[in-house]
Amino acid sequence: MSATAQTIDRISPETTLFESILELIRRTSTQLPDDVVRAVTGARKNEVEGSNADFALNVIGCNIGLAREGSLPLCQDTGTILFYVHTPAGYDQLAFEEIATEAVRTATKKGYLRQNSVDSITGKNTGDNTGPGSPVFHFHQWREPHVEVKVMLKGGGCENMNVQYSLPHPALGDRDLNGVENAILDCVLQAQGQGCGPGILGVCIGGDRGTGYGFAKEQLLRLLDDANPDPVLAELEERVVDKANQSGIGPMGFGGKTTLLACKIGTRNRLPASFFVSIAYMCWAYRRRGAELDLSGNVTEWLY
Amino acid sequence: MALVKLATPIDEATIRTLHVGDSVSITGRLYTGRDAVHHRIHTGTRPPVDLEGQIIYHCGPVMVKEGDQWVCKAAGPTTSSREEPYQWEVMRDYKIRGVIGKGGMGEKTLAACKEYGAVYLHAIGGAAQVCAASIKRVDGVDWMDLGSPEAIWHLWVEDFMAIVTMDSHGQSLHKNVFEESKARIEAMKA
Repeated sequence: MSATAQTIDRISPETTLFESILELIRRTSTQLPDDVVRAVTGARKNEVEGSNADFALNVIGCNIGLAREGSLPLCQDTGTILFYVHTPAGYDQLAFEEIATEAVRTATKKGYLRQNSVDSITGKNTGDNTGPGSPVFHFHQWREPHVEVKVMLKGGGCENMNVQYSLPHPALGDRDLNGVENAILDCVLQAQGQGCGPGILGVCIGGDRGTGYGFAKEQLLRLLDDANPDPVLAELEERVVDKANQSGIGPMGFGGKTTLLACKIGTRNRLPASFFVSIAYMCWAYRRRGAELDLSGNVTEWLY
Repeated sequence: MALVKLATPIDEATIRTLHVGDSVSITGRLYTGRDAVHHRIHTGTRPPVDLEGQIIYHCGPVMVKEGDQWVCKAAGPTTSSREEPYQWEVMRDYKIRGVIGKGGMGEKTLAACKEYGAVYLHAIGGAAQVCAASIKRVDGVDWMDLGSPEAIWHLWVEDFMAIVTMDSHGQSLHKNVFEESKARIEAMKA
């Protein structure tokens, strides 16, 4: 037995970690985070009373309450199950992955998660949300003494609206902030209501194609009302939301004033030859939650 | 905007009275059917249920078996545009009078709505609990080999709310909003 395995046996009883992850999944699927609830319910005042947009936002508000009260999935598409985990050096990430995967199986049996993992060639559903690439784990080490785990459930409807642009682009412009802005607004235009708007965008400027998409999705871990520390990006985020909300697309694409709730932009360095703008479209049913855990797997703090 | 009560099965004349922007409240049978169901019908397999006058719901619900009974835990609409290659054919061959989904559909479906007498009904995407609250019973399931989210679930609904966004007169809210928003975004270009 390796030294690492001995460590995890000693410090992390499986049942505690399993129960914590299962509860985290339940909360993620059934309780929309407060920052999202505030943004989506607050948007209703901007819409004309009795309009289709008003109807949509009202139903959304009712749905948030019903899911929370009934401990039931907010949306039937419980999406790609994404784990973002930070652990101290020496922590057994393999054991964490096994236990979290088991928690996903149990959450599926309990109906917190839909059976959502399908073999890409045969079309066969594994029935328990596990299989090659499901669930998804992103592990990082850090110098903190505790474990942080964040879970995002990203549905297929909004995932299908993700786009990656390569600049310069004949219709959208050059390798500059104007080109980036036009690309993001093109994504909003093409998505219309199909990504279950009002949407939230995670954007990465730069990187390679793979890391660009990954980092764009990680922007969605930010709080909706945070401020980007880079003033240039903060301004771009605000401008994109303003313009998107003047497009008239509205909730569900019904027409109206609420098209985007937020846009979160980060950057990665790029090659001289490449300039990608990668966009992750998130639906209003923006399910992300997190927890800080001690080394025994107990929740010490709930995040979001 | 009118609120129209519909009971399935629905006749063609009733469907032709609906216009874009109308709200509808549906009571009766709904059959779920999404990607794999449409593909299987398209490749020549007859549906296992009589679809005449019925509504197909683009939905992959969360279902849990409690004892002998299936219970619907969540059931909002899925994105309909993926059925665009197939939907017109199902309207023509099996005389469905409507589909419920989200995001709208394209020209082929719009033309079929006009020619065969059908409508596109938009439910609120993501609102799986509001939709599930209208589902009173799960009466059966077919084609379970496609996996639970892709199977044909026989739902009984009461007062299921939706908005007509494509009608049988050639009108599409989605087409209008797209054109309008395209012009606005073009005008705001950086």
